[in-house]
Amino acid sequence: MKVGANIKDFLFEKTTALFALCVLGLTLLLFALLIRESLPAIRKFGVTFVTNSTWDPVLEEFAALPFLYGTLVSSFLAILIAVPLGVGSAIFINEFAPGWLKTPISFLAELLAAIPSVIYGLWGIFVLVPILRDNFMKPVSRALGWIPLFQGPVYGPSMLAAGVLLAIMVVPFILSVSREVLATVPQVQKEAVLSLGGTHWEMIRIVIGQHCIPGIFGATILGLGRALGETMAVTMVIGNRPDIVLSLFQPGYSMAAVIANEFTEATGDLYLSALVEIGLVLFLLTIVVNLAAKWILTRMVPGRAGR
Amino acid sequence: MTSIAFRRKATDRIMKALFLLSAFLVILPLFLIFFDLLWKGAKELKWSLLTDLPRPVGEPGGGIANGILGTLTVTGLAMAGGIPLAVLTGIYLAEYGKGAFASVVRFAVDLLAGVPSIILGIFGYVLWVLPMKRFSAWAGASALAMIFIPIVVRTTEEMLKTVPVSVREGALALGIERWKTTLFITVRTAAAGIITGILLAMARILGETAPLLFTALGNQFWQTGLDQPIATIPLQVFSYAISPYDDWHGKAWAGAVVLILMVLVLSTVARLLTRTRK
Repeated sequence: MKVGANIKDFLFEKTTALFALCVLGLTLLLFALLIRESLPAIRKFGVTFVTNSTWDPVLEEFAALPFLYGTLVSSFLAILIAVPLGVGSAIFINEFAPGWLKTPISFLAELLAAIPSVIYGLWGIFVLVPILRDNFMKPVSRALGWIPLFQGPVYGPSMLAAGVLLAIMVVPFILSVSREVLATVPQVQKEAVLSLGGTHWEMIRIVIGQHCIPGIFGATILGLGRALGETMAVTMVIGNRPDIVLSLFQPGYSMAAVIANEFTEATGDLYLSALVEIGLVLFLLTIVVNLAAKWILTRMVPGRAGR
Repeated sequence: MTSIAFRRKATDRIMKALFLLSAFLVILPLFLIFFDLLWKGAKELKWSLLTDLPRPVGEPGGGIANGILGTLTVTGLAMAGGIPLAVLTGIYLAEYGKGAFASVVRFAVDLLAGVPSIILGIFGYVLWVLPMKRFSAWAGASALAMIFIPIVVRTTEEMLKTVPVSVREGALALGIERWKTTLFITVRTAAAGIITGILLAMARILGETAPLLFTALGNQFWQTGLDQPIATIPLQVFSYAISPYDDWHGKAWAGAVVLILMVLVLSTVARLLTRTRK
């Protein structure tokens, strides 16, 4: 009887372990397949794949720098916009919002996170891009067109449009992680500042300066990880032109977008292999960024290990 | 003296206003998006949208019925494979996961959760499309399963860990075998949470487009088999949106409304499920 139970327990544990092994195996398989399919391109181009900027399927010349550039610039732009807004609204919800307002605001932010990215892209093409073009890019281009960042003709689809749309998409994540970070501040410290006659703002400045900067940095990195891999929305508004230009008003291209656009058209093994290698570079980039975010946040927010 | 007090008070007011403004700016796009969805999708929101096949440009009418069926098919396939794999892995990590092997699995799940969805499309392509030489529902579903699995593993593990140890000990003290305790007591106690996780993950993969672009590919007609290309709503929204035709743009908006309704219903049900348990 007892032995029988032990065998069943043993079998049950090993069965669940087997499934866990499968999940591990799938992850390794993903990595292995990406490497295997990239090999022809890695052999052919070596390091020049990420340092050159020619992308010419006809001549079979492939290099990823314009896409790497577009991914990084659009993501950093997004973070630049999203972090102040996300942290600001986290502070508002946690510290100032009346009780009845807290739940609705965070609920709406969660909804924002649940919208599929193709819908952001659709809205981006038909609503955001025209608004940005007519109300921001055109006037700025007219007044400040001599600044390299705003140079060139205004089309609409651009690095700026991609950055703004990405900012809208990653802000909910930065918001919710920032709220967790803010919640780790001991109540007594806030009360101490207030009891010394500090204003609310002084309390926030002092307490956040003391406690939350690393955590907010972690939230930022996490948002960056999201932005780097975002595909549909970026593909639909970035303009899809593989050039490296400083101007934010000009079209660009991102790594995820070139995979999305050209994968089905990739004739020839080397073309396909080059696209998979772009995927591999993107994969490694997001892994590094996500691990960094996790490393920072598990130190900052206790009990966050499982996220 | 008074000027310093005034300045401090003014700064306080201004900063508070800025915080309020940032919260407003974060929420504003949500309202704009919902407004535009209804405004621009309204014209095409008819029954035929849900019951008809797509029609060529210029022909009025037509719908996304094949996409609705295809979305359900691909999502269903991904879940059929993903649920057992993810839930059992979650059980392993929560109930037995103390050793080095468990840490490695946890690390792999973490990595997988952060992988951009387009890369899982490459996974589906290399695994299915290359050897079979054709786009298929299987390829799309395996890409989606790779997104589904890490989300459900994490929520299952988290939910099982919220079950108090005393519940397990109570069952074991009554002489119930450990595997029975796990399956019929611990997992049942956490069931609402686990199902919530599954529904949220389902809502997530329902709206995925990128991993399906070169796996499921899309289809103008009814699906003919799981080894054939298959239409889904997100793919239809995408191809209508980037087309140059006005009436297709209308269809893109209407398709987006259908999609977002499915996502909203799922997330609302998921939330209600955990709320009633608490």
